[in-house]
Amino acid sequence: MVNRFMQSRLRDLVFLAIILFALPAFLSNPFHYDLATQMAIIAATVVGLNLLVGFAGQISLGHAGFFGLGAYFSGIMTGSYGWSSIPALLVGAVLVGIIAWIVGRPILRLKGHYLSMATLAVGFIIAIIINNETWLTGGPDGMPVPSLDIFGWELSPFGSYSLFGMELDGNQAWYLFAALVLLVAVWFAQNLIDSPIGRALRSVHGSEVAARVVGVNTASYKSLVFVISAIYASLMGGLYAHFQGFITPAVAAFDFSIVLITMVVLGGMGSTMGVILGAVVLKLLPQVLADFQELETVMFGLILMLTMIFMPKGLLPTIQMAVSKRMKKKAGGQA
Amino acid sequence: MSALIEVKGLDKAFGGVHAVEGVSFAVEAGQVYSVIGPNGAGKTTLFNLISGIYTPTKGEIRLNGESTAKLEPNQLAERGMCRTFQQMQICMNMTAIENVMLGRHLKLKSNLFSTLFRLPALLRDEQSCRQRAAELMEFVGCGEYLDTEASAMSYGALKRLEIARALAAEPKVILLDEPAAGLNGTETASLEELIRKIADQGTTVMLVEHDMKLVMGISDRLLVLNYGRVLAEGTPEEIRNNPDVIAAYLGG
Repeated sequence: MVNRFMQSRLRDLVFLAIILFALPAFLSNPFHYDLATQMAIIAATVVGLNLLVGFAGQISLGHAGFFGLGAYFSGIMTGSYGWSSIPALLVGAVLVGIIAWIVGRPILRLKGHYLSMATLAVGFIIAIIINNETWLTGGPDGMPVPSLDIFGWELSPFGSYSLFGMELDGNQAWYLFAALVLLVAVWFAQNLIDSPIGRALRSVHGSEVAARVVGVNTASYKSLVFVISAIYASLMGGLYAHFQGFITPAVAAFDFSIVLITMVVLGGMGSTMGVILGAVVLKLLPQVLADFQELETVMFGLILMLTMIFMPKGLLPTIQMAVSKRMKKKAGGQA
Repeated sequence: MSALIEVKGLDKAFGGVHAVEGVSFAVEAGQVYSVIGPNGAGKTTLFNLISGIYTPTKGEIRLNGESTAKLEPNQLAERGMCRTFQQMQICMNMTAIENVMLGRHLKLKSNLFSTLFRLPALLRDEQSCRQRAAELMEFVGCGEYLDTEASAMSYGALKRLEIARALAAEPKVILLDEPAAGLNGTETASLEELIRKIADQGTTVMLVEHDMKLVMGISDRLLVLNYGRVLAEGTPEEIRNNPDVIAAYLGG
């Protein structure tokens, strides 16, 4: 009974919802809310990336490129062309999806290091374009982005809102919104994984040749999941731009791609809750390591290396395994 | 009526080595057709050619009269061909039953929308898919493993699981590559029974096997390969009395 509940998908979602909505009790100032909101948005991006990396077993070292494209598309269309946020987000996601499909078709034929290289190049190209097209993107100086408007309702970190009689400031409202977005992102990801499409995706990872002989068109499934994860990144990039109010080419940079992939590996490839934990840990780490600022990147590398060596399955799966082992031991002792 | 599988002048060269050379034969629907031969005779290469994993250097394979030259393995699956592997190909990142459900991939209609929102129609399909997969696991004799992680299963059980996955696709022809390899006497006997049951259901079976007793007992026809060439072809009775085969196997 307990085991069945432990394995259910709903448990994860409920658990996550409880944490997300209990968290404000521990957040005491706008800076905390700002960080928590960023975490939620990045976590949702990583949940999407995990579909590609953790479940389908394909790597992308250029995912920040798609995040950056989404961010800049939203920024440019709402800032310079007066679009409303939602259409900008959606059109951006569709465009990024199309770009990912066009790019993904040829490069997903590659495997291992070659695929890493190709996705790395895609990320670089996007970052270079954003850096150089100053007339459109503001170049290295970045560009301001208007606050998010949802069909006329404006959500800004500087606003003030009331929800069910509770007074919320802008940062709190943004956090709740981002938490909801994360829950929906997780729900979609879980539905996708636990479905015929999800099985086909996982089989690409498990045994590509087995997948093909039972009729899975592995090439299209790889493209599909590449596109889906790029759309996740694009949407989250757009939200991130609105939330921050200002974006620089750093959102599309190589470093950020590495941070995203590190979150997946650290948290636990193929574990949706795990990669969220990965995102939280890596977002918190710079705060904790503030003293070593110049060594931050070195630290990221070191953590990735140590995780690969001592916890090849990632943080959460390792913890889960240790807990269930202990529980089994206890149960065995009583019997 | 033409044969289900027709192979004509098939040739596969790896560099200068001809793994399969000038092989022709035909498999009628409903038969159990076995390919035997010493190690390195080209049996597995032949299977890889038929199932579309390798592309022939020369020659032609027809499935139900259609040339398979331009077809990918997944397209062959759509046309009713499924196989198992000598080096088992199981998705170790899934549970046993998920592996079998994967076999029903082509039978499931799903779109992204109903998947993302987990619509009732999808859940109904999944339920019946799961039920069918459980029946198949029972049929092949690994029904007790349903939700076991594939990585935690024994070798013998995985071999059966792979057959269940292939059957889940409801193929017209199933290719079994050394299903008895690594199995003990009892397991081989129950495998023989399983292959018989599969054949009795009307599925054509192609078999690569080393175990002579098994092969001679269940095959309608046999193909004997040696150094990539056809040494003999015929009924078990004919093969048993063929002097070339005796020479190759006993060393003459």
